[in-house]
Amino acid sequence: MTAAIEIHNVVKRYGGFEALRGISFSVQPGEFFGLLGPNGAGKTTLISTIAGITRATSGQVRVMGHDVVTDYQAARRALGVVPQELVFDPFFSVRETLRITSGYYGLHRNDAWIDEILANLDLTTKADANMRSLSGGMKRRVLVAQALVHRPPVIVLDEPTAGVDVELRQTLWNFIRRLNREGHTIVLTTHYLEEAQELCGRIAMLKNGQVVTLEETSQLIGRFKGGTLVFKLSGAPLPADLAARSQPGHPPDGRVRIAVGRYDEVEPILAALRVAGCVIDEMEMTHTDLEEVFLRIMRQEAA
Amino acid sequence: MSGFSTLFRKEILRFWKVVYQTVAGPVISTVLYLLVFSNALQGRVEAFPGVAYTTFLVPGLVMMAMQQNSFANASSSLIQSKVTGNVVFILLPPLSVRDLFGAYVGAAMVRGLAVGLGVLAVTLFFSIPRFVAPLWALAFGLLGCAILGTMGLLAGIWAEKFDQMAAVQSFVIAPATFLAGVFYSVHSLPPFWQAVSHLNPFFYIVDGFRYGFVGVSDVPPLVSLAVVCATLAAVSTVALSMLKTGYKLRH
Repeated sequence: MTAAIEIHNVVKRYGGFEALRGISFSVQPGEFFGLLGPNGAGKTTLISTIAGITRATSGQVRVMGHDVVTDYQAARRALGVVPQELVFDPFFSVRETLRITSGYYGLHRNDAWIDEILANLDLTTKADANMRSLSGGMKRRVLVAQALVHRPPVIVLDEPTAGVDVELRQTLWNFIRRLNREGHTIVLTTHYLEEAQELCGRIAMLKNGQVVTLEETSQLIGRFKGGTLVFKLSGAPLPADLAARSQPGHPPDGRVRIAVGRYDEVEPILAALRVAGCVIDEMEMTHTDLEEVFLRIMRQEAA
Repeated sequence: MSGFSTLFRKEILRFWKVVYQTVAGPVISTVLYLLVFSNALQGRVEAFPGVAYTTFLVPGLVMMAMQQNSFANASSSLIQSKVTGNVVFILLPPLSVRDLFGAYVGAAMVRGLAVGLGVLAVTLFFSIPRFVAPLWALAFGLLGCAILGTMGLLAGIWAEKFDQMAAVQSFVIAPATFLAGVFYSVHSLPPFWQAVSHLNPFFYIVDGFRYGFVGVSDVPPLVSLAVVCATLAAVSTVALSMLKTGYKLRH
């Protein structure tokens, strides 16, 4: 089967700086795929390369089997991109903007679909408003709508929920989920890791222009199974064997963190604290989530 | 069905929505030049024997306005898109190099011609222009707008800031169009400046265009046509290859 997106050994250099250092992976049709990484990891550069806005120094990218450089028209027809920057054309209304974008894809009678997108993104009442008059959240919705006018099989969203209120996030994800169920491939970058955890079937993590991990979301979280006991203690110093197992917080907050793989490890820890004379002022147990995994992986890479 | 027609229409709409600024304003300022210069110089200057100064001046002013506005349309559209970031809207869709070139240059020509026709229409109140060879006028009108539209596209691709664009406009386009024999016949210049004028391709556009109106020119119109066509071929080749390689647009 043809991959929705196939990235083969992509390198991008800006002068002496290597933004992408040999990235290879593919996204299969129908996937909901997450692309995560800290700022400057190369996520947007990679997306721009897929979209043909940036040209790779070497390597190939194909969208639905079409090379983004040599067969760019077919590749771009198969791709819808929601850019990260909140950009708009101040000369036009929402509907005019969407009609113009449709026209760029050669679709000149597209109003039925445009109406459907507007309805699904709660934009119908703003259809005839000038782009300039819209709030940031509304402009973001229009950017999403523009990426969908040509019903692309592959949709890439570069931080679509950055600076967006809860209501839009829900509206947006419901619509994107529906498109995914209907067979569209979705690639997402976001800073809200709970969104990625909830939505994405597979996740690639980027750091310094390289893929540091690429796994199914459940496996990724499973790698760091268990949880962390977090204590605030007083009365006596932490016993030596527990002190050896404890980790400082980031940033240090005076609390003691002890990783536990299973619940039956909890009781002996509590007993040891009691024997040592420690008083537990506060205690909680946190479960590993994507955020935790993300931080650990990024720290490992830094070490 | 390609996206050319949509981009072309969008580029026309873009200036049409601010028509006072993009068409009416230039028409008025050109007519002001005409009033002032024709009043000051009529009867005192005879550029060509037997041709009244106003008759000489009108085609030159019309062409200068067409050139400056064709350039302004393509260049301002692109630089605005680049500075505000909405240039991605034309980079993401499957628009071909020819679609982009044709739409930007085509819309620039439409604005140039709209301004030119506007100026001509107003001048009808003063004197009926002569149309000795209308096909020559039409050919040079279209070619002149196409060359300046293409140069506007080039400048729009190259410039990264409004300031750089203003520099091109003030230091290249304004002097080159102003000093292209609009207000005088280059034959009246000292030999050195005559030679310099002959190196300015815009001079041939104005001279050929004026030939279409008054039937007299500094240079044979066929020579001008050859120079103008070669200029268009040269600037188009550069613009098309820039678009093809993605120079300054696709980083």
